[in-house]
Amino acid sequence: MATSDRPFQPFRNLNAKIASIPMILTALVIFIGCTIWTIYYSFTKSKLLPKSNFVGFDQYERLWSTRRWLVSIENLVIYGSLSLIFSLIIGFLLAALLDQKIRFEDTFRTILLYPFALSFIVTGLVWQWILNPDFGVQSVVQGLGWESFSFNPLYDADIVIYGVLIAGLWQGTGLVMCLMLAGLRGIDEDIWKAARVDGIPMWKTYLYIVIPMMRPVFITTIVIITSGIVRVYDLVVAQTGGGPGIASEVPAKYVYDYMFQSQNLGQGFAASSMMLVTVAVIVIPWAYLEFGGKRRG
Amino acid sequence: MADTDVLPNNTSTGLETSGPRGPRPRPMLSRRNIILYGTLIVIAVYYLLPLYVMIVTSLKGMPEIRLGNIFAPPVEVTFQPWVKAWAEACTGLNCDGLSRGFWNSVRITVPSVIISIAIASVNGYALANWRFKGSEIFFTILIFGSFIPYQVMIYPIVIVLRELGVYGSLTGLVIVHTIFGMPILTLLFRNYFVSVPEELFKAARVDGAGFWGIYLRIMLPMSLPIFVVAIILQITGIWNDFLFGVVYTKPDTYPMTVQLNNIVNSVQGVKEYNVNMAATIITGLVPLIVYFLSGKLFVRGIAAGAVKG
Repeated sequence: MATSDRPFQPFRNLNAKIASIPMILTALVIFIGCTIWTIYYSFTKSKLLPKSNFVGFDQYERLWSTRRWLVSIENLVIYGSLSLIFSLIIGFLLAALLDQKIRFEDTFRTILLYPFALSFIVTGLVWQWILNPDFGVQSVVQGLGWESFSFNPLYDADIVIYGVLIAGLWQGTGLVMCLMLAGLRGIDEDIWKAARVDGIPMWKTYLYIVIPMMRPVFITTIVIITSGIVRVYDLVVAQTGGGPGIASEVPAKYVYDYMFQSQNLGQGFAASSMMLVTVAVIVIPWAYLEFGGKRRG
Repeated sequence: MADTDVLPNNTSTGLETSGPRGPRPRPMLSRRNIILYGTLIVIAVYYLLPLYVMIVTSLKGMPEIRLGNIFAPPVEVTFQPWVKAWAEACTGLNCDGLSRGFWNSVRITVPSVIISIAIASVNGYALANWRFKGSEIFFTILIFGSFIPYQVMIYPIVIVLRELGVYGSLTGLVIVHTIFGMPILTLLFRNYFVSVPEELFKAARVDGAGFWGIYLRIMLPMSLPIFVVAIILQITGIWNDFLFGVVYTKPDTYPMTVQLNNIVNSVQGVKEYNVNMAATIITGLVPLIVYFLSGKLFVRGIAAGAVKG
């Protein structure tokens, strides 16, 4: 390989360095520079334009006393935890079903994964239509004779976030299924043979042997799902627009609205910095577990 | 639909060798198989339902929608909603339909896909075969950077684009897509080039080929499959983007997803659900076609995107 311990030679490998300029710029200017910039200005009183008049933690104090932000966080916690739990369970069950030496496996997999290829906007709009109280599921069931049936998540502030969850799961479970299926295929067949010889029932083999063996797959999947959940934005914009009222607001939407519509940049910066903190809380321990040992030194 | 448990042996050859685990196969019409395939078919119907509802609704007239059931097939098939969605639907003052958004999306997606893949493949190649001091550090920053919520970086990027004089233009959006596509694509290409036998690289070096020579004449022709995976990943990702479109473009240059959302969620006028569903399905058509044509390569793309490092 082209690497070895040599003294610093700026012109060695010049072409590779030139070719890497876009990557270096992205890493330094965008990922590090822009992030620090936003954190820096989250401590200022910026309104329409970013200004350097510091106010300490004022923006954060105001953020945490704004009802809309608290609702957003509550929604994110409900949506996030349920979506994580259900997509792991459903994804794993689907993968286990597809792993039973079935015929037409490819067809089933194609059907389960296609929603993932669609835009969140498309997903949100379809489910908005299906859950429409006057024409959708509610009216169809009522039309079948069950007059008092009521299922109207998109106009009921108490359950609207579950309406978003239904759409989110429909779109996202296919991906989890694919990751889990790849994990299941990585399990040694001898494990199955040994379990069968010992007469262990299949569900027990899954629960006590296979799932613990798939720990790395689960961890990677959890990290992918959570970093996607924190960003959830398009789906809510398309399906509910944050409504009814502010009942289905999410942090990403709060950030966008404050930065580009209310012209209150400081609040937007503080809110987005809080999102960064959330992701860091998840990613840093994971990275430490995954790479911690190797990267040191 | 029920044909799954009747047809013998026509697709099973590939499956047995690719090695699904689990218990030994049993006779076709056993109780276990009926439960298994029954469950799978119910699940498949559930996943297909929204697509079905979209298509069916888009082919009905408004009177039929008001009277009927969203799951019922159309009594009288009409393509009028499709025509209207494509050419006449209104967003704000413009009433030229989704076609404008469609062509904007094409003009965004094509250059973004080409430029982001060109840059990322060269980056991945440099990282795999021409490491230099610090290259791994930048790569690590890039990978961890991909976890930063976009909301943290969108505003400073507005300033950068404004300084460059491309804020609000398609060029600006292409730059943004190139930047945010870089972590995953670089990872994809780096991992692929690392797996290319080193002897090949050394032989080319001995023959006097340089950085670009090896890339263009050896690596590029050898790695066409990974380029296809990257293209699929980028087309669907960029076509489906909403956030960057809404932040970095103006109403005239809005991509299709943004325009779709504006058409369907506009508060003025009478809601025309059939036109809305036709517009929704037209927007979803490009990624769906890419998905159904690409099959296993799409799965490879997301698996590569998912399993980092």
